[in-house]
Amino acid sequence: MTTASTVAAMAPMAVLTIFLLAIFVGFEVVSKVSTTLHTPLMSGANAIHGIILVGAIIVADKATSGLETTLSIVAVVLATINMVGGFVVTDRMLEMFKGKPKVKKEEVAK
Amino acid sequence: MNSTIYDLLGLASAVCFILALKGLSTPKTARRGNLIGAGGATLATIIVFFAPQASGEKHHNTLLILAAIAFGVLVGVPAARKIQMTQMPQLVALFNGVGGGAAALVATVEYLNLSQDGKPSTANLIATVFTVIVGCTSFSGSVITFLKLQELMTTRPVVFPAGRFVIAATLAGTLGTAGWVIKSGGNTPLLVMGGLALLFGVLFVLPVGGADVPIVISLLNAFTGLTVAASGYVLQSTLLIVAGTLVGASGTILTRLMAAAMGRSLFGTLFGAFTAKPQEASGSTEVRSVKSGSADDVAILLNYAQRVVIVPGFGLAVAQAQHTVRELADILTAKGVDVAYGIHPVAGRMPGHMNVLLAEANVPYEQLVEMEEVNPTFPQTDVVLVVGANDVVNPAAKTTPGCPIYGMPILDVAEAGNVIFLKRSMRPGFAGIENELLYDPKTTLLFGDAKDSLTKVVNALKAL
Repeated sequence: MTTASTVAAMAPMAVLTIFLLAIFVGFEVVSKVSTTLHTPLMSGANAIHGIILVGAIIVADKATSGLETTLSIVAVVLATINMVGGFVVTDRMLEMFKGKPKVKKEEVAK
Repeated sequence: MNSTIYDLLGLASAVCFILALKGLSTPKTARRGNLIGAGGATLATIIVFFAPQASGEKHHNTLLILAAIAFGVLVGVPAARKIQMTQMPQLVALFNGVGGGAAALVATVEYLNLSQDGKPSTANLIATVFTVIVGCTSFSGSVITFLKLQELMTTRPVVFPAGRFVIAATLAGTLGTAGWVIKSGGNTPLLVMGGLALLFGVLFVLPVGGADVPIVISLLNAFTGLTVAASGYVLQSTLLIVAGTLVGASGTILTRLMAAAMGRSLFGTLFGAFTAKPQEASGSTEVRSVKSGSADDVAILLNYAQRVVIVPGFGLAVAQAQHTVRELADILTAKGVDVAYGIHPVAGRMPGHMNVLLAEANVPYEQLVEMEEVNPTFPQTDVVLVVGANDVVNPAAKTTPGCPIYGMPILDVAEAGNVIFLKRSMRPGFAGIENELLYDPKTTLLFGDAKDSLTKVVNALKAL
């Protein structure tokens, strides 16, 4: 994993392999989720794509012109809001399920 | 930083995201899963500052980047902390939108870079163009879902003459300019393409009815994930590819699961508004009689019931009446009445939303009964108390083909002995459809704010 400028390009086959395997993992991990958790799961997945922050930092780090800097800094702000806000709001939702002794029972019933 | 260590740490944070999604699928581990995800994201954000560099490369804008992150935290955290749980779906929509916007901006900057370095590879151009299009669509679409959920605009499907042709033309135009960008490069084609993609996002979401908006949010969420994966390809970042693809794949599955929970086909949700004829504004001028009762009448009905099922809806949450409804349930239970909550999968605004809202009021988990389990019990139920719900008990879903909620599974409350609706007014529900059940002879209406009404009923019950 290097920045684009270090043109040690990843082999296309490797990228394709990673991509396909990640699709299967993504399908697999959420295939049996109960309706109760749809909302938090959506919110959590939403927070995870805030990882575009890493991409925003990479481009901002290379930006030299005013236009590039402006655009990439705005991207950093937006991505941070997505990521940090997403994890915090998901945690708030899940906090409410905490400490209910019957949660376990519900889970067994599933 | 040594590039092997850097790659290993990146891999660790990708694993964190897999564990996060896995954890979020089970109630017991959900919160931990989310924290693991946050940990992975923090790790990835820190190490990127120490990414190995080719010789001669210099860091730029580091202070500015740190300031931008700080600013993002200052905006995002208070928004997430202060938002009312009832408004949470639109916040998720908004977060998703800014994520899509960020991805589109990153791709734009990368595009400017690529064209400076001479002729970029076609694969990179395609990935960049894809990110800009989908990111823009996700951004503007999410803003429209936000406006709909916040009820800043109509929640009904917005259909205009020849709408489907306009949308198809916009999509074709977007793809056409994409070809132009890939072939000739330059900034103008990219701007035009971005503009068209923004327009497409708006047009794509406008015809979706309010009740189906959550499905669209979930779909746009999956889209944003894919844009992140495409950015990862352009930026040569395995982490972005893995994380983005994970979200894209799990988001797609989740969208299908949600649609199934609502009894909707995904296709029908997205394109239903075009095939159905535009609804005439309900409310034929005839005034039909309804039976409205007082809090005392309701209390008496409840007091002498053997079994009561409470059907909570979004109106309950808006009135912040979760605690009062639990008090009512406690009193009835103490009087020997069998009380359960019938939870429709999409009660509230999103699947599982109502469970979150009731959990906030400490309603015992075992009293929450899901639709499939509660429906067979309605014939043995004496009284159903519908608090601020409408669409999820509307028989039109079964009887009126062509209405926006047709085909959605509902709670069969009409099978019960008596139905009590606590409503603010005769206004139809979020989906904007008249409910025949309100005119049924066994239905009693108690008008007023859900919390006030419930408090009155509680007091009347105590007095009995």
